[in-house]
This record gives sequence, structure tokens and C-alpha cells, in this order.
Amino acid sequence: MSDTTQSGPVLAADGTPLKKSLQKALRAQKLRALALVAPLLIFVLVTFIAPIADMLFRSVENQIVSRTLQNTVVALEDWDAEGGEAPGEAVYEALYWDMFLAAEAKEHTRLGTRLNYEQTGVSSLFRGTGRGVDDIGEDQIDALEDLNEAWEEESFWYELMTGGDGAAKDGSQLSAARERLSTLTTDSYRGNVGFEPGAEISALLPRTVSEYATFAVYTVFVEEDVVAEEEPWEAVKVALIEELKAGADLSGYSGPGAEELRAAQEMLADQPDIDYKAAFLKEDKDWGSIPVWQTIKTYSPPFTSGYFLNAVDLQKTVDGVEARPETQQIYIMLFQRTLFMSLVIMGSCILLGYPIAWILANLPVRTANLLLILVLLPFWTSLLVRTSAWKVMLQQQGVINDVLVWLGMVADESRLVMINNQFGTIVAMTHILLPFMILPMYSVMQTIPPTYLRAAKSLGATNWTAFWRVYFPQSVPGIGAGSILVFILAIGYYITPEIVGGTTGTFISNRIAYHISSSLNWGLAAALGSILLAAVLILYWAYDKIVGIDNVKLG
Amino acid sequence: MKLTKTLMASTALTVAAGAVLAQDMADSMTLVSWGGAYQRSQVNAYADPYKEMHPDLEVVWDESSAEAVAKLRAMDEAGNVTWDVVDVVAADALRLCDEGLAMEIDPEEHLAAAPDGTSAEDDFGDLLVGDCFIPQIVYSTTFGYRTDMVPDGVEPPSDICSVFDLETYPGKRSLEKRPINNMEWALLCDGVAKDEVYDVLATAEGQQQALDKLDTIKDEVIWWSAGADTPQLLADGEVFMGSTYNGRLFSVIEEQDQPVAMMWDAQVFDLDGWIIPANLPEDRLARALDFVYFATDTQRLADQAKWISYGPARQSSAPLVGEHAELGIKMAPHMPTDPENAQNTFLYNYEFWADYRDDIDAKFQAWLAQ
Amino acid sequence: MATYTLTHVERKPLSFTLPVLALAGGFAGLFVGTAQGSALLGVVGGAVLLAILGFVCVTMLDGAKERPARWAITIAMAVAGFLVGSASGAVVGFLFGWFFGWFIYWIGEGRYRANLVPYLTPGQVLWHYTFRVLCGLIFFFLITPIVVVMPLSFNAEDFFTFTPEMLRLDPEGYSLKHYRDFFTSPDWQQALWNSVTIAPVATLLSVTFGTLAAIGLSSEHVPFKRAIMAILISPMIVPLIISAAGMYFFYSRLGLQGTYWGVVLAHAALGIPFVIITVTATLVGFDRSLTRAAANMGANPVTTFFRVQMPLILPGVISGGLFAFITSFDEVVVVLFVGSAGQKTLPWQMFTGLREQISPTILAVATILVAISIVLLATVEVLRRRSERLRGMSPG
Repeated sequence: MSDTTQSGPVLAADGTPLKKSLQKALRAQKLRALALVAPLLIFVLVTFIAPIADMLFRSVENQIVSRTLQNTVVALEDWDAEGGEAPGEAVYEALYWDMFLAAEAKEHTRLGTRLNYEQTGVSSLFRGTGRGVDDIGEDQIDALEDLNEAWEEESFWYELMTGGDGAAKDGSQLSAARERLSTLTTDSYRGNVGFEPGAEISALLPRTVSEYATFAVYTVFVEEDVVAEEEPWEAVKVALIEELKAGADLSGYSGPGAEELRAAQEMLADQPDIDYKAAFLKEDKDWGSIPVWQTIKTYSPPFTSGYFLNAVDLQKTVDGVEARPETQQIYIMLFQRTLFMSLVIMGSCILLGYPIAWILANLPVRTANLLLILVLLPFWTSLLVRTSAWKVMLQQQGVINDVLVWLGMVADESRLVMINNQFGTIVAMTHILLPFMILPMYSVMQTIPPTYLRAAKSLGATNWTAFWRVYFPQSVPGIGAGSILVFILAIGYYITPEIVGGTTGTFISNRIAYHISSSLNWGLAAALGSILLAAVLILYWAYDKIVGIDNVKLG
Repeated sequence: MKLTKTLMASTALTVAAGAVLAQDMADSMTLVSWGGAYQRSQVNAYADPYKEMHPDLEVVWDESSAEAVAKLRAMDEAGNVTWDVVDVVAADALRLCDEGLAMEIDPEEHLAAAPDGTSAEDDFGDLLVGDCFIPQIVYSTTFGYRTDMVPDGVEPPSDICSVFDLETYPGKRSLEKRPINNMEWALLCDGVAKDEVYDVLATAEGQQQALDKLDTIKDEVIWWSAGADTPQLLADGEVFMGSTYNGRLFSVIEEQDQPVAMMWDAQVFDLDGWIIPANLPEDRLARALDFVYFATDTQRLADQAKWISYGPARQSSAPLVGEHAELGIKMAPHMPTDPENAQNTFLYNYEFWADYRDDIDAKFQAWLAQ
Repeated sequence: MATYTLTHVERKPLSFTLPVLALAGGFAGLFVGTAQGSALLGVVGGAVLLAILGFVCVTMLDGAKERPARWAITIAMAVAGFLVGSASGAVVGFLFGWFFGWFIYWIGEGRYRANLVPYLTPGQVLWHYTFRVLCGLIFFFLITPIVVVMPLSFNAEDFFTFTPEMLRLDPEGYSLKHYRDFFTSPDWQQALWNSVTIAPVATLLSVTFGTLAAIGLSSEHVPFKRAIMAILISPMIVPLIISAAGMYFFYSRLGLQGTYWGVVLAHAALGIPFVIITVTATLVGFDRSLTRAAANMGANPVTTFFRVQMPLILPGVISGGLFAFITSFDEVVVVLFVGSAGQKTLPWQMFTGLREQISPTILAVATILVAISIVLLATVEVLRRRSERLRGMSPG
């Protein structure tokens, strides 16, 4: 290289320096290669990698608590979870606003279901309370409406909240309401509401206007009604009662409904305060239960490690992480079982596969190819066919038992139990995965020259020594490749254990499927899946190191 | 997304069945059910007659009822609900209704009155659980046993506790691989009074008590997860007795003529019926409502019992239940609701299991795996 | 391969032949004996019977008239079997007779050494055949479940078990009704149609993208080659349940869940690793100077690809395509999650069948699928031979 630079650049045919020209060509080649790879890479990233990443995200995602209980979560920040006392009135009041809206939008039961995974009973607590939440403060509301029927009139309310035609407007409460609803339901609420809060009333009764604005947005976008024609929710009236009782200064107010407001404030002074805590406790005494509140507080951050902890039989409490009760520990055991059974399957595949690979590699090519078809046929046969075939073979009235009984080796009343247990799963999966062991072993053994063995023997080695010291070490890469492949495939199996596994032969995959389609605990399913995936990726990486991904061969 | 959906469904509440002209209805409809004999009975009793009235209609069946809640949730997240009428058990209907995934039904408006003028609400009575659920049948989970495997000189089993009595009735049992029903039966046979079962089961001690009772037969149990398992296990002689849906047992006994008999004691009633997903487009909603109005009237519900031994949910249908369409046997004695069969029954406790399902299931699965 | 002989074949002394035959006879007799109630009687009877037969064949007939002697043994055993266990007994008897007729001469005449090198010790010969028998048993293990399914698919009953009628070989016990069911049931036909419309499109997608990418990857100049390869192979490695769950949630958001294209895309992604692996393997043997030569002679890259490279790597592409096709055609977990009723494929219908309404129709479908597999397998084998011939890797 150094003399070319000293004696001036070598020129290519078109006069550019050769180095530059070569670089250009190389770059073009690189680009072309990339251009060829790019479509597939993008395709796989979008159709495969993105879905998996998306699912893994669910294992930590926990926004439902803070989305549904927007005010409560904030109010709970000051509560001492370990203090041994239920939260104060402020938390219950915040809970009222959150619950009321969540119940209207039917989001509360989802949250109940979510929290029920952590604390039994929360599901019905939320469902029951959702039904009763509009009764809270009904005495005061009745008093208000008895005082003046205007408080039941939708047009009166509309007039009051808009401040009448031509009054100054303040849109901030309305956009806050849109924001609040879209946080809750994750839908978007853009568009004309047909309502804009008056500036004066907004300053005077902010809470009431805020509730009314939420009501208005919900009425227009979800219920598709006109705001001015609907009577506001109880929550709006409760907000008004609260603010009037708290001594909102009406002296300077002269907008619509000024008279009615003053009369109401006067009347309400004699009414008892709304006791939110008592009201919730009346709905369900569990609202006084400290574990319930601890659960809500523990799970209020938008991201949680809770699912992962559950996936390894731990649980999150206010005191930190602790083990789940022994009667509920299952996942560690399932992971262990999955690993153990995969190892056994891998082991039996090695035991059965090695002789076959050996004989295939040492027979004349034509015979070997013929026998290879016997290996490939099961490999190509539908997984379900093979699984159902094993069902036919192994069940108590199945082929193997029939033959054994017919041969008199087993009495008719004591037929062997070979299915719906670990044995059945191991046998069926060994059969299904055996070709994945044989094929890599075979391709490695094909490359071992038979002369080595003969040389060893002619040097005086016994058969066994020749095999063990000469042949076997050379076949180890094949065993390694096959083993990792079989192991990776085995620990993720779902269909076969589902059909022949019974209770003791099921894998972690079956539990994942259960959580996805039956218990609907998608977060836990994702966490279990992430752990399984991590295990597989480590093996994959090992496989890459040992064999190299591009050295996988398929028949 | 929601806006457009709801705009399209804006007249949802004003649409009374029959009040809409036929051309406003979608000309294809996806019905979701359970597959197997049950779905066939629905095809015969509801879908085929309905198609005769509307020859242009295309009916697609999806056998996804077992995953209905999960799939509807996913569809709702995506804002693309492809199902029109979904057959679910009452527990799932309640769950869907709670989550706003199913449309609320007004029985007076959306369902036909009985021929004698009784309103739909009274005709269905207590079976109208929740706001979204349109009951169709009453089925029960109960036991069947091999008559040829009853030991000599022993009375055939007629008491639920014979399931737990391995001495008198040796042999394998098949039980469903979930705590629901099994825990109740176990407590009942462990001396807990029937009306206290759920109070006991709500406590950790009670749950342990039930599991301990189940532990006494654990080695002899094959756990099933699909409705076809127990009938198959009974027919193959793999088990002596097993729990499953009564209609499945009927078909083993009467249609396949196997030496199997029913044991109705402590059968657990459950309901199955339709829901309509929330926020359907107007034309599809109209079609769904029209179909449901037709398919749940008195005659149609009685017709279904010609094909499968489940009790119609309407009181007015009961007297119309006739003979099996192919076997020609009287169906009434095979109904779980027949007074002879219904001497000792449970009703599935929706509220209790909604709360305790996750908790008890974790314990149950951990116990199973031990 | 049996046309040449490594070792001179000579008749073995009776002191060897008769004990070996008696041992084999005793072993077979053990099973027959236990089946009929007395193990001891079976062992002794079998040993004596076979020793006598061996003596007769080898010594008295002097190894001559081999053919008629073997037939005689076969028929006699079949008749004896029929007397004991009717039709199925006759079949077993026939097989026994046929095997032992051959075995007597194989041992007696010392033919078993014909294909072995002469210097092996008797122990090594014994090990050689024991090993063969072991391998035979493993092959038996591989193939039996698939073979067993076939007769059951002709079951006249709706069960998964062999009925007594079937075991008696009574024609009443057999019927084609499950095949009829498969071909007439709209469910199965719809499932078949779905499979047939989904698999080819998914295959086409994986083959097109996969082949291009494999060609790109075979260039030495691709940056991050290992990482890219790892990503492209990952659909084969990631447990199906995880892929299925991820696609279920993600495709739901995109509105692809429950659509034809959702299933096609998912299956295409699953098939890609197979295409990549097989095509990459083929490209290893591809001589790059051929493309340079083509370019040298004025062919543009597209022409070069289609006229030079493609024909040579075609076998790899096709076999990768077959793998991708089978992957889609046989896939059940992902389609269960990503698909809906409109995309119910054959494996899905089989899975439902196994779980919901157990019926041997599944076995009929299985038998048809196995037949298709055999055809495909033969295709691959032919292609492989052709590919090797083209690339000059093996003679003929």
C-alpha cells in the first residue's frame, strides 16, 4: 500500500484513482446488498419484531390505575400506607369524582378486574360501587331540587353554566374536560361541543363548571345528545353543593340564576356536609379496608414491576417485595418443570437420534437417502396429526395398551396410564422433535471420514476406544447443534402438552395461553412470555456462538 | 374512532325490532357460538328458518365463544368489531356488559312477547341476569357414569358424594380443570350445608378445606378442559364417572347408545344466551336485533330442544318442548329443569366467582401441579 | 448393495444354528405364550418348534428346496394363527412364518456374514446386528404413530380406538364415512379452502422477500450481517405462543386481526427463516464468477439474476418455499390467535376437532395429509438430487 501512495495513485480506466474507484464500487455493492435485504428486514420488523416488542411492553404497562382514578391517585400520595389507618376524607372525595365518571364511561369494572389480580374482592367492590355511586349526596341533591325545581331543568343549568348569550367565555375548563375524558378512555374528543363555559361562573364555581364541562363533552361525543337538552349528572350537583357550602362568594354575581344560587346557598347552610367516606363505606365496607387502599396505592404508578414479580411467585406490597403465599406459588415450579422436561426430551432425542444419525452417515448413500425419508416423513407430517396419533397410541384403551393386554403382559383391569401426564408429553414430544436432532447430527457426521475410525482400530484401539476417543469428539458439534435446537423448540411448546399433557405434563406456554384467552390477565401473560423469551434468546445466542446461525441445515 | 362508530350507531336506541325496513339491514351476519352439537342445534332451530325468511342473507359462524371476552376486548381496542351476535355463558355476558363491550338490551323493546301476551321480561323472569344478556337455554354441569362399571351388588351412584367415595365406587373420574363447581361439590361432601357453601369458600380455610377434600380423589382424576373430553372418556371406558354438560351426556347416552347413565344430584345450572356487541354500525345492528328478536321467541326456543337436551329459557316454551327431531324420544325428561331431575340443584354464583376466580384459580392450579 | 459378498458364506454347524434358532423361537414364544395364558409353555414350545424346523430345513433338506420350505413354514404358521386367533391371528402367524422361514436359512446357511468384513469376531458380528435391530426399533418408533393413524381413519365407529370388529378384520368394522364426512362437510371444505388460499400467498411473500434478502446477505459487504441474520431467523426461534400473543395484540391495533391479510402476513413472517436458511445454503455452493462472467458479457443485473443465478439456486428456493408452505399449511397456534372464523384453516379445524367433537374425521384428514407429505417429500428429494447434479457435488 505504501508504495502506491508514494509513486502516485494508480488510476482506474476512467481516470479516477483506483482506490477511490474501488471504494465507490464497494459502496455500491454494500448499498445493493442492503437494498436487497432491506425489504425483508422491514417486513420482519413490522410483522414480527414490533408485535413482540408491543407485547413485552404490556408486562410493565399499568396506566389503567392512574388513568381511571386521576384524582384519587394524586390524593393518595400523602397517605401513609403503613400507618394502619384508612385514608382521610379528601381521598374519598377524590374517589367520588373519579368513580362517578368511570362508572358513566364504564371504565370502573376494567380497573376492578385489573386490581382483582392483586387483591381478591376488588372486582365486585368496583362493580357494586359503580352502581351506587350516583346515590352519594342524594339527600342534599333532593333538598336542592325541593327548594327549586329549576335545579332539575336542563335549560336552566345550561344557561347558568354558559353565563347566557354574549357573556364572556372561558374555554380552559372545556379543554381540561376533553383531556380528562381522553385520558380515561384513550379516545379522542375533538370537535364542537355546543357549549362553552362562562368566564364569570368559571371563576366563581370552578369545580362545578369542570364537572359540567366533562358532562357536556361526554354527552355530545359518547351519547350523541345535545348538552342543553340533558339534565346534568349528579356529580355536577354535588360539586355545586360542595362549592356553595364552602362559601363561594356570590355577592358580586349577577349572571343567570343568581337568585337561585343565593337561595340554594342559604338553604344548604343548614344541610349536613356530604360525608364521602361514610357514603362509600355504606356502599361496601371494603372501602375501609387498608389492603384495598394499599393495593391501589402500590399500583398507581403508570409502570409496574408487579407482573414480573407475580411471574416469579413474588408479590408487591407496601413493605416491598415478598413471596406469595405457598399455596399460590406455581410459576417457578412451572418454569422448572418446563426446563426439566425439555432437558429430558433433549436427552432422549440425543439417545435415540445418535444411532440413527450414525447409521445414516455410515450406510451407502442410496440406502441412507431411503432411510432418511423415514426421518423426514414425521418431520413433514402435521404436528396435530402426530399429536393425535400419540393420543391414539397411549390412551388406556389405546394401541399400546391393547397390544400389551393382547400379549398378556398387562392385565385388562390394570392398563398402563401413559397419557395426560409427563410421560405422555415426553414421549410425544421426543417423537415430534427427534428429526430436529437427527438432521444436524447427520450433517455433521457425514463430514467425519470413516478412515479415522479404521486408522484408530488398526493402531490397536478397541471398538469402544476408537469410537469414544476418535469418532465421538468429532460428532460433538452435531450433538450441540441438535440439542440446542431441540431444547429451544421444546421449552416453547404449546399444542402437544395441551392435548396430551394433563395436569403434570403442561408447560409454561399453556399457562401463558390460559392468561391470554381465559383469565385475561394479559400483563401477567406478557411477563411470563418475556421471561420465556429471555431464556430462549440466551440459548439462541449460545447456538449462534457454537454453531453459527447460518449453519443450520434442514434436510 | 369512537365518534364515527357512535355516529353510525346514533339511532341505536330508537331502532325497535321490526320497525326498521329490511333494506336497512346488513346482508351478512357473523354469529359466534361454541361449535359441535350445540351450534348445530342453533343452526337448525334459528339460523336456517331465519335464512328461509331472508334468502339473501349470508350467515357466517365463528366457533370462538370460549374466547369471546378476550377477542371482543381485542376487537374493541382495535375499534373493529367483526361479530354481530355472540353466544356466551352468563358469566361472560356480565363481564362484557360491565366493561361496556356488550349492548344493553331492553327486553320489552328488543324481545318478543310470549304468544299469550306475557311480556318478555316476565317470560324470562329471573334468568335475565345483567343488562345485556338475552338468555337462551338453561344447561347444567352434572355427572354421568358407566353403568357397566358399577361394582356388583352396589346401588348405582345417585348422590354427588359418591364421586368422593372411592371405596364403594372405585375407578377414575373426570373433573373440569378449574375450581368452579368442583370446589362447591367438595365442600358439600365435606359436611358443609348447601346455603353456607359460598360463605365457607370465601375464606382461605374453606378453600383449603375444599382442596383437601379434592385431594382424597386426586390420584383418580383425569382433568378435562374441553366439553368433548368427558363423553369421549366415558365412551372409551377410560373413566367410571365424569362431569360435563348435560347435553353432551345426552348425546352419549341416547345418540351414541353407550352404557352411560346420568346422575343429576347437585347439578349446577348455568345460562347461555346471546349478547350483541356494543357500537355496531346501524345496518348490522338492525340485522342483529332482528335476528335476536326472531331467535329468542317462544317457538324458536322450544324448537332448539328438538336437537339438544337443554332447557329453553322462556317459561312459555316449556310446554312446547316435544320430541327429538331424529330419535323421536320425548325431550322433557332429559331437560335439566325437569322436576324429576332438578331435586337438588345449584345456580352458578356469578358474583362470587367474578371476585374469587383469580385467587382460587391460582390456588387450584398450584394444588393441581403439586 | 447386496450384489457383492465380502465374506465367504458357509453353512454353520448345528451346534451354533440350533441354539440360536431355539433362542429366537423361545423369545417369540414368550409373547405368544403369555397371550394364550402360559408363558413357560410358550417359551419351551417356541424354542423346540424352531429348533426342529431349523434341523429339518438345514440338515434334512440339506439347504435345498429353500423356496417351498419357506412357503410351507409361512402357510403352516398362518393356519395355526388362524386357528388360535382367527383373521388377525392369521396375519400375525403369516408374518411370523415369513420371518422365521427367512431367519432359519439366514442363520443356518451363515448368510448373515455375507456383507461384513471377514476379520470381525463373533462378538462384533453380534453387536453389528444388535445395533441394526436397535436402529430398526427407533425407526419403528418414528414411523408407527403415523402408520397407526391410517387404519383408524377407516373406523366405522366414531371413536379413536380399534373396535373388536376392526381387530377381527371384519369388513363391517371399516368404512369410508370419515372420508365422506371430510369431503362433504362444509366446515372441513371451508377449512381446506382457507388453507389452500392462505398458504400459497404466504409462501409467495416469504419466498420473494426471502430469496432477495438471502442473495443480499450472501455478499461479503453487508454491514451488521450477524445481527440482521439473527433478526431474520428469529421467527423460527421465538416460541410460537409468544409470537402468537404479540401478533394478536399488535394486529388487533392495526385492524389486521381476524382478516385474511393478517393471517397471511403472520404466516409469511413464520416461513421466512426457512427460505433464508435453504437459499443461503444453496448460495454457498454458487460460483460468483458466473455472475461476473455474465456481467462481463454485457448482461444487466436483472438478466443476470433471472438467466444465470436463478436457475442455479432454484432448487434451494423451491425447497425453502416448500418449507414455508408446510409451515403455513401446518400452523395452528398463530392462526388460532390472529385469525377468526373466516380464516379457519385445516389445522385449526383439526385442533377444534380434537378438543370439541372428537371424531376420526381428523384421522382421515391426517391420512390425506400424510399422503400429500409423501408426495412433497419425493419432490424435495428429486430436486435435491437435481441440485447436486447441477452443482456437480455428487455424481449421477
